[in-house]
Amino acid sequence: MPRAWKYGDDVNTDVIFPGKYTYTISDPKEMAEHALEDLDPDFAGNVREGDIVVAGKNFGCGSSREQAAVCLKAAGVSAVVAKSFARIFYRNAINAGLPAVVCEGVDSIEHGDEVEIDLKAGKIINRTKGVEIGFTPIPDFMMEIIEDGGLLPHLKKQLNR
Amino acid sequence: MGRTFAEKVLARAGGVEDARAGDIVNAEPDVVMSHDNAAAIRKHFEKLGVERVWNPDKIVIPLDHVVPAASEKHAQNHKSIREFVSNQGIRNFYDINTGICHQVLPEKGHVFPGALILGSDSHTTTYGALGAFSAGIGRTEMAAIWATGHLWLRVPETMRINVEGSLPKGVYPKDLILHIIGDLGADGATYMSVEFDGPAIRDMDVSGRMTLCNMAAEMGAKNGVVTPDDRTRAYLSGRVKRQYEEVFSDPDAEVKREVDYDAGDIGPVVAFPHTVDNVKPVEDAVGIPIDEFVLGTCTNGRLDDLHVAASILKGRRVAEGSRMLVFPASMEVYLDALRDGTIATLVEAGAVVMNPGCGPCLGAHEGVLAPGERALSTANRNFKGRMGCKEAEVYLASPATVAASALKGEIADPREVV
Ligand code: SF4
Repeated sequence: MPRAWKYGDDVNTDVIFPGKYTYTISDPKEMAEHALEDLDPDFAGNVREGDIVVAGKNFGCGSSREQAAVCLKAAGVSAVVAKSFARIFYRNAINAGLPAVVCEGVDSIEHGDEVEIDLKAGKIINRTKGVEIGFTPIPDFMMEIIEDGGLLPHLKKQLNR
Repeated sequence: MGRTFAEKVLARAGGVEDARAGDIVNAEPDVVMSHDNAAAIRKHFEKLGVERVWNPDKIVIPLDHVVPAASEKHAQNHKSIREFVSNQGIRNFYDINTGICHQVLPEKGHVFPGALILGSDSHTTTYGALGAFSAGIGRTEMAAIWATGHLWLRVPETMRINVEGSLPKGVYPKDLILHIIGDLGADGATYMSVEFDGPAIRDMDVSGRMTLCNMAAEMGAKNGVVTPDDRTRAYLSGRVKRQYEEVFSDPDAEVKREVDYDAGDIGPVVAFPHTVDNVKPVEDAVGIPIDEFVLGTCTNGRLDDLHVAASILKGRRVAEGSRMLVFPASMEVYLDALRDGTIATLVEAGAVVMNPGCGPCLGAHEGVLAPGERALSTANRNFKGRMGCKEAEVYLASPATVAASALKGEIADPREVV
């Protein structure tokens, strides 16, 4: 069962993926080893495929570096759910194939809760608490990009059609 | 119900009758801009397996971030870009002798009212000063546009910022925008299209409007815009060769938030480390010792900025023990400042005048800081490590505050000298 990794407001791109690696690491697998390094040193070693990252407002503020989205995706994160996102991070996430879900009702989710997310139906089922939280589903157009694995694979598919 | 500026431009570029805030359009930009990061974008583009860019005439590439190249790696990037523009027939390429992208595009006539301009740089918002819709995007996205000519965009909600009154003596557009960011916060306009209007904006020349729209990015905005008027038209005439149609927001359009300011209430301000919204009145900063003063960047490296600084420094000297670096935003600005004696004044005052470009703004070269040092800069960002050293501090202010402070080697109130 996927679990929630819960953080606060204004998680910036520097703590998601430290600037010092931006020109030295280009392999997503290696990026994943440094995901959230400066915010939560336990994350990279313990995150499991399908886990979700839950946060407050303005997730991904700061730099436009795409690695911030790529490293979370490569670490196995199946979605980032936050009250709001910095706009360039939001775009980078969708374009990297990482679902970014805007959801006001995240306060009830706690670190380590077992959660399931249904992107199409727009709901998060918190098994630990026994509650369901709704959100506006990601528009179809963006879901197609996510399902293809990101903007570049999505375009490749279209170009080869 | 009327339509906002953003709704009108994005409907037109998206090829749809109507587009409203929250809608997604698949838009074809009129102009796209990349700078030194074109080398990285080239790699993404080539992975897509497309041979030719969609439209070489719509792609503009100035080299500005690390010019001339500071290392072998930077030189390799520049080389790769020069090859690429030549192979692809991209004529709007500006080599290292031109200036900062956000100054070069307006100067060379690539920015016009109603245009949709996307750039792989977060301060692409600058072009809104001339009535364009301009926003920053990522590198992958730019590669996608080079290949297909299109990108998905969400039509943003609109925030109107109305500024009454006029700026007091010693107070500049930079103080106004820092004040607004301090008030609204670094996420105060996230996703939004920010329309600046009111008598204080009408009174402002294009250069000041560029400072406002440039820094709209620092409050999370997708774009910032000033409605075109005679000042806009005067700037554009002789630069823009093509036909264009000015786009105006309807007064009855749906606006998510309206904020009012009175320019007369605003004094000189300083953004303290390490966030742009950590803004305090200059009085709170007076006396903080500074090692390096920076006048330049896409925010404040224009001729009027150099003039203000020179008028303060004329016949005086930058304080012993500190240093001042000047980066004209473009070669056009540099030449004008050379011809009218501004550069001589600055050099006589002890400033080091550097080649047009981003300089130390992004911390790569030409004046990076040592641990424990402090800079006072006219730039737009002061995140930790921004000027190349995590243990250094960056303060932000107007050109007048930077010049007045340079005389003392510590932060000073510019109203004492203007
Ligand atoms: S001057 Fe600074 S903020 Fe402006 S484009 Fe260059 S690096 Fe970016």
